[in-house]
Amino acid sequence: MTPFRYLRAADVADAVKLGTDDGAAFLGGGTNIVDLMRETVARPDRLVDVTGLSDTITETADGGLLIGAAARNTAVAEHRAVRTRYPLLSRAILAGASAQIRNMATVGGNLLQRTRCTYFYDTDGSRCNKRAPGTGCDARDGFNRIHAVLGASDACVATHPSDMCVALAALDAVVHVNGPDGARTIAFDALHRLPGDRPDRDTMLAPGELITAIALPPLRFAANSAYRKVRDRASYAFALISVAAALEMDGDRIGDVRIAFGGVAHKPWRATRAEAVLRGGPATHAAYRAAAEAEFETARPLRDNAFKPELATRVLAAMLGDLAMGKLA
Amino acid sequence: MSIVDTAKQAAQGLVQGAMTKLVPLAPDSWIPGGRPDPLIDRKHGLIGTPLSRRDGAVKVKGEARFAAEFRHEGMVYAALAHAAIPRGRITEIDSAAAEAAPGVVLVMTHRNAPRMNKPGVFGSSPTAVGSADLSILQDDRVHWNGQPIACVLAETQEQADHAASLLHFSYAAEPSTTSLDEAKANGIEQGVFMGQPLLNRIGDAEAALAAAPHVVDRRYRTPRHNHNAIEPHAATILWVDGELVIHDASQMVTAQAQTIGAVFDLEPGQVTLTSPYVGGGFGCKGLWDHQIIGAAAAKLAGRPVRMTLSREGVYRVVGGRTLTEQRVAIGASADGAFDTIIHSGLSIMTPHNNMPEPFILGTRPAYACPNITLQVEVARMNMLANTFMRAPGEAVGTFALESAIDELAVDLGLDPVALRIRNEPDKDPTSGLPFSSRHIVDAWRSGAERFGWAARGAPGERRDGEWQVGMGCATGTYPYYRMPGAQARITLIREGKAVRAKIEVAAAEMGMGTATTTAIVGAERLALSMDRIEVGYGDASIPGAIMAGGSQQTAAIGAAIIAAHNALVAELLKLAGNDSPLAGLSADDVGSEDGGLAKLDDPDRRESYASILARAQRDSITVTEAASPPLEQLHWSMHSHSAIFCEVRVNAVTGETRVSRILGSFDCGRILNPKTARSQFRGGIIMGLGLALMEETQFDERNGRVMNPSLAEYHIPVHLDVPEIDVIWTDNPDPHTPMGAHGIGEIGITGVAAAVANAIYNATGKRIRDLPITLDKLL
Repeated sequence: MTPFRYLRAADVADAVKLGTDDGAAFLGGGTNIVDLMRETVARPDRLVDVTGLSDTITETADGGLLIGAAARNTAVAEHRAVRTRYPLLSRAILAGASAQIRNMATVGGNLLQRTRCTYFYDTDGSRCNKRAPGTGCDARDGFNRIHAVLGASDACVATHPSDMCVALAALDAVVHVNGPDGARTIAFDALHRLPGDRPDRDTMLAPGELITAIALPPLRFAANSAYRKVRDRASYAFALISVAAALEMDGDRIGDVRIAFGGVAHKPWRATRAEAVLRGGPATHAAYRAAAEAEFETARPLRDNAFKPELATRVLAAMLGDLAMGKLA
Repeated sequence: MSIVDTAKQAAQGLVQGAMTKLVPLAPDSWIPGGRPDPLIDRKHGLIGTPLSRRDGAVKVKGEARFAAEFRHEGMVYAALAHAAIPRGRITEIDSAAAEAAPGVVLVMTHRNAPRMNKPGVFGSSPTAVGSADLSILQDDRVHWNGQPIACVLAETQEQADHAASLLHFSYAAEPSTTSLDEAKANGIEQGVFMGQPLLNRIGDAEAALAAAPHVVDRRYRTPRHNHNAIEPHAATILWVDGELVIHDASQMVTAQAQTIGAVFDLEPGQVTLTSPYVGGGFGCKGLWDHQIIGAAAAKLAGRPVRMTLSREGVYRVVGGRTLTEQRVAIGASADGAFDTIIHSGLSIMTPHNNMPEPFILGTRPAYACPNITLQVEVARMNMLANTFMRAPGEAVGTFALESAIDELAVDLGLDPVALRIRNEPDKDPTSGLPFSSRHIVDAWRSGAERFGWAARGAPGERRDGEWQVGMGCATGTYPYYRMPGAQARITLIREGKAVRAKIEVAAAEMGMGTATTTAIVGAERLALSMDRIEVGYGDASIPGAIMAGGSQQTAAIGAAIIAAHNALVAELLKLAGNDSPLAGLSADDVGSEDGGLAKLDDPDRRESYASILARAQRDSITVTEAASPPLEQLHWSMHSHSAIFCEVRVNAVTGETRVSRILGSFDCGRILNPKTARSQFRGGIIMGLGLALMEETQFDERNGRVMNPSLAEYHIPVHLDVPEIDVIWTDNPDPHTPMGAHGIGEIGITGVAAAVANAIYNATGKRIRDLPITLDKLL
């Protein structure tokens, strides 16, 4: 770990002021950035602790929820309104990490966690364009079981590791940020980016911008939703693939649907193609599979992850089948 | 050459002396264990009573001091830097920033390290336990990707870690072999393990296979595994007046002290090595580069050093289990009788060690069969030296053999339990020796009954929602070993009308309960209560050498205590003199009873230890004695066995496997302490679940680098992966071993991977021959 200064922000304005300098990083629960600092992947020279900022979960005028960025993951997962109105979010959070880590981790930090690509972590022995731009990517032809099949580039095949973000992508959450140029909101799907030729940039945040809150818009049928994660052991492993889905039936047909995949791309993957195939169509196993297949039509599997499109297709079909029958509600 | 030396070498496989030919033919009574240990017949003593570990309380209270918890005045902290190429030379070292970093005391590389001898590599002499035939920090050569090439000492661990991250190295890479295909192309050799070729040929196995009416002939693969003991390797090291003191985490205190002493030209008495607590061993807590580098740095800096490997450091410095590619072919008649078994294949080691994964060891005594070919060959790669890992050989060898038997049972339409019992041998089929104790059929029958094996359905038949349910079974096996060199020192100390005893053995307690078991055995042998027994261990200054390896430590300690007890009885009789009720009796006439000695056939003739000592005006008496040479393992075929049953649920949507029930039915001689034994068996089974379903070292074949050196990315079972584990045992004493016991540290892992794979076949109809069985293989 490289020596650094620790500063604690009193309020958002203070945080933005302290976080403006190059080399500053915001500190939430520290469950990811501290690991990255120990491994010298991250070497901030100042850490601005923002855990003293808003951690409240409040009802919004439009019938949604506003979650302060400093809210702990556990608090969100256990919140009554989240559990009843957005169960996929609660389940996604509980599918991740361990109880101890969830107790520490913050919502804002969860959005900004970095990939688990092992080449990204290996500062001594591996090339990584995300960690050291322009050096190359050893994951493309190396161990890439947990890597992307959608939206990757020659420069980077990493995935975003968050569970919670997959649910937020399905829910069309809105990210509130504040920075040197003032406050703004970002649609959740526009927060994270695909790697392109700048895989060192995970998000569209401007330098110094701080996430202050996440807004969950009202979504009536989110009560009929689920999150399913598939991994290499029963707990405490990152997703090979995960699926967040919410379904509204209209008689025998699908009224509306929201789908996002985790573990398949550089960002939580909102499955708009699959949704379009399904909306207004029949609620059949064949339709569910066809929707997933449409989403993964452009998949480019790597050496170790060719199973992902079929796995994601199966899981989506099974989940939608259950949701259509109200089994998971 | 003395008989003891001959026996030592024969037992170690260093020579094929006359002893190996004569011992099998000698009368039983000439052999240790030829007359059953009297403790076997003692029915109502401490042996067999479940007792908690003696070190439990101090560990729970945090009072047990592990290697990285010793503190010395002026101590500094070490951090290592590791090579990033598989083979070549270091051409430049940029250490300016590291040397200037806050708190840095020393940056040591091959350029300024003290001159040291090459540590003796394991097997090169009876006491050498070096991990590789390589000198350490003596030249610019890189032998594996991850090799420690520099050490930083600083006032705090954080400062040392930071400074180490500032070191930069330039290399001149040289041609290297880091892929399996290249290694095979470079040449394949006969594997040699502990001085013996891993090769058996009986009859003509290939010809018999060609003629057999029923045949399975399959290839199985197992990957590399890394050690993940909960305590990362650590040592606190200092020099005192030219002598070396190491607080280490060690499975082999004496041999380790001797090997590291020779590195620094020290005499045996000039190395103090203690290891009272070890946070998990499994074969990895031996001598690796870090202790030698730490000692060198302490010498150069003139300060005590705390050397703690990070988890990544353990992966870069401490070897694990190597990969295997195995062929198992079995030919059988329609009634299931085996006519031929071929178990052969390849494992990988390095140019600088000699450790094939001996996966045929468990096959040698396994099944009656007239034609047998067993062979392990090796190829070499530039990588960290592989090493022992819980049941080296049997853990992965049983996966292949016991999977193939399941495949044959399917082909024959026979129950796999019945097929195994059908081929039960009446003597060791490869050595021809009689078995000392073998009750595997009992273990199979009692296990099948308790598990409910009869409820097993046809492949793919049982379903519970998305989950396909199946049952599988396999035999586990591990030999009884007893290594030479063990000694025990017994001291009786008079306290008024009673005595207490101190029993000292140069053994290691890695958390499995050795100190407790030693106290139980000592109390029974001396006829004292447990609270009168103190056990000393984990210190190289104790006479003798006992390794906590090969599941042999309890037998080695037991035999040494027998020898020391015999010597103690003789000494006490001398002290007793003519005024004692025991006057005139010889050591053969008396035994220990109720805190003293008594005539065996006339227990009224007795005197307490305290009385004997008091009359002789002695406060204490000490004897030290060496165990008998371990000839019994050349005279009998000595093995433990298990029948493993498991039930799995395989998700039809995702391919995820969950083991829902598992039972181990063990035949391991007499169980000394059921409480700690149960934990040992369970721990082994859990490790077997990891072996079956998730453990795999990601070794990047492009550059020989381990890519998942962390507990986050190298998967071992978490609590949710582990079901209720049922453990039962036959508890038949082996009449030819101390206390009738067998070692039980390793057998638990064996057979588990095959039982899981066979259950997955029963659940899904899919046969996976390539570990680990990850979900993508079942989609």
